[in-house]
Amino acid sequence: MALTREQIASIAALARLDLSSAEIPVYQDSLSRILDFVGALDRADTTDVAPMSHPLPGLSQRLRPDVVTEQDRHEQYQANAPQVAAGLYLVPKVIE
Amino acid sequence: MSDWHTSTLTQLAAGLRARKFSSVELVRAYLDRIDASQAALNAFISVTREQALADAAQADRALAAGAGGALTGVPIAHKDIFCTQGVRTTCGSRMLDNFVSPYDATVVAKLKGAGAIMLGKTNMDEFAMGSSSETSYYGPVRNPWNPQLVPGGSSGGSAAAVAARLVPAATATDTGGSIRQPAALCGITGLKPTYGRVSRYGMIAFASSLDQGGVLTASAADAALMLREMAGFDANDSTSVDTPVPDYVAALEQPLAGLKVGLLREFFDKGLDAQNEQRVREALKLYEQLGARLTEVSLPNLPLSVPVYYVVAPAECSSNLARFDGVRFGYRCENPRDLLDLYRRSRGEGFGAEVKRRIMTGTYVLSAGYYDAYYLKAQRVRQLINADFTRAFGSVDVLMGPTTPTPAFAIGAKTSDPITMYLNDIYTIGANLAGLPAVSIPCGFVQDLPVGLQIVGPHFSEARVLNAAHAFQRASDWHTRVPQGYA
Repeated sequence: MALTREQIASIAALARLDLSSAEIPVYQDSLSRILDFVGALDRADTTDVAPMSHPLPGLSQRLRPDVVTEQDRHEQYQANAPQVAAGLYLVPKVIE
Repeated sequence: MSDWHTSTLTQLAAGLRARKFSSVELVRAYLDRIDASQAALNAFISVTREQALADAAQADRALAAGAGGALTGVPIAHKDIFCTQGVRTTCGSRMLDNFVSPYDATVVAKLKGAGAIMLGKTNMDEFAMGSSSETSYYGPVRNPWNPQLVPGGSSGGSAAAVAARLVPAATATDTGGSIRQPAALCGITGLKPTYGRVSRYGMIAFASSLDQGGVLTASAADAALMLREMAGFDANDSTSVDTPVPDYVAALEQPLAGLKVGLLREFFDKGLDAQNEQRVREALKLYEQLGARLTEVSLPNLPLSVPVYYVVAPAECSSNLARFDGVRFGYRCENPRDLLDLYRRSRGEGFGAEVKRRIMTGTYVLSAGYYDAYYLKAQRVRQLINADFTRAFGSVDVLMGPTTPTPAFAIGAKTSDPITMYLNDIYTIGANLAGLPAVSIPCGFVQDLPVGLQIVGPHFSEARVLNAAHAFQRASDWHTRVPQGYA
């Protein structure tokens, strides 16, 4: 299965990845080969087989009481942010 | 004393408790070994010398007061995928080059609580995506048995560090073989526990239904000692399993006689190097002499495990890595024009080539029109593979086979073709898909390069798997071999 330049550009746009024009043919080639490779899955008969999303099937999501357990540590967390002001994360203007 | 580095973790912990030497002496000796090897191996991303020496001094005070834990004063290293409070945690990526974690991963906190001293953070494939430790933003790790070769990956820094005896033990993670494959290629012991056995909290996520934290050591006994401290329920990890942690150390000496070993027919396939196979067959013969009963078993769907993995893992990775947006933490591009430009360039510049390849593969297989054909199909085949394992464990106690098709390969040899690189994990991925515990132990050499034997057990059978590995190591000395220049 050969992916086109346009398909790679569209996947990159969905994934929010900026690709250079030199990168596109590289991914065109390798993603096409990966999709050919995983195409082997078609050989398996999976009629009436349930999809497995978790390796321990008996397990269900745990619930906990709806009480506050986290402390306010936003100053510590924001120490890693690229740009903050007055306790807020800064991004380029979204609304004109 | 100059032979600390050839002692096991178990011996070092006992020596510290008996006050034969101090933690400060021990930590300083290992830090010096790390410094001396860094240019040759590049096994570490960060070395935390000052903190380690301060912690060691504190450990010595605790030991003097008779208040030590199981690992008090013992030096270890953490794979740089585990968050360490106040210490840079990069995951081998430019994206997190400046990230200083505000909290400790549960594994880190537990080992700290047991008294272990962190000497630094080990190098790895970027976001654990790789089988050779070549995709790190910080440059490739080199194999201590031959610096022209890869140490395996993604936990290559931890594996090289333990193989060269720069630390007696190091934490690691395994999504498709990232503990066992580097253990095999570096001639050490690597344990991937059952999914849910060790908390994933603070372990930077790659593929959440497959990721599992574990350990690299010089012996199965050392792995048992580490796992006893690392394992256990954690409310902060929604997939952590609330089941008691057995005393893995106490279980080591159980007799092996009568152990039913299944030889995985699909693991002895045409891709397996003949000499590699020879070493594995010799190891199996030793198990027979030790009283194990060998039978051949077949898992017919197992050959599809690599294709399943390269749908499921990229899908989960594309979702997990969506959090890296250049807004809250991590890399941000210069002068973004608008918010979309900020996202796209921060991610395009912050991630390396293999990470981008997997994010895009995952995005594609999850996208409208392809979800059923790829993602759902892969999850159904995963179910078939899981059923194969369940059936096999109905008649045998453990499964054995090679860990890898070949010994270590040259740096650069497989970087141009992702499929060739992916096929290196052909024997290890099955255990991840089914969430099973598995260990790789050294079982001989091919042209001076170590070969690994893999032992896979049913869910939560770590004690059995380690017991089997330990019995082999009592009857052989492959695990005591140290690469030339590091002995």
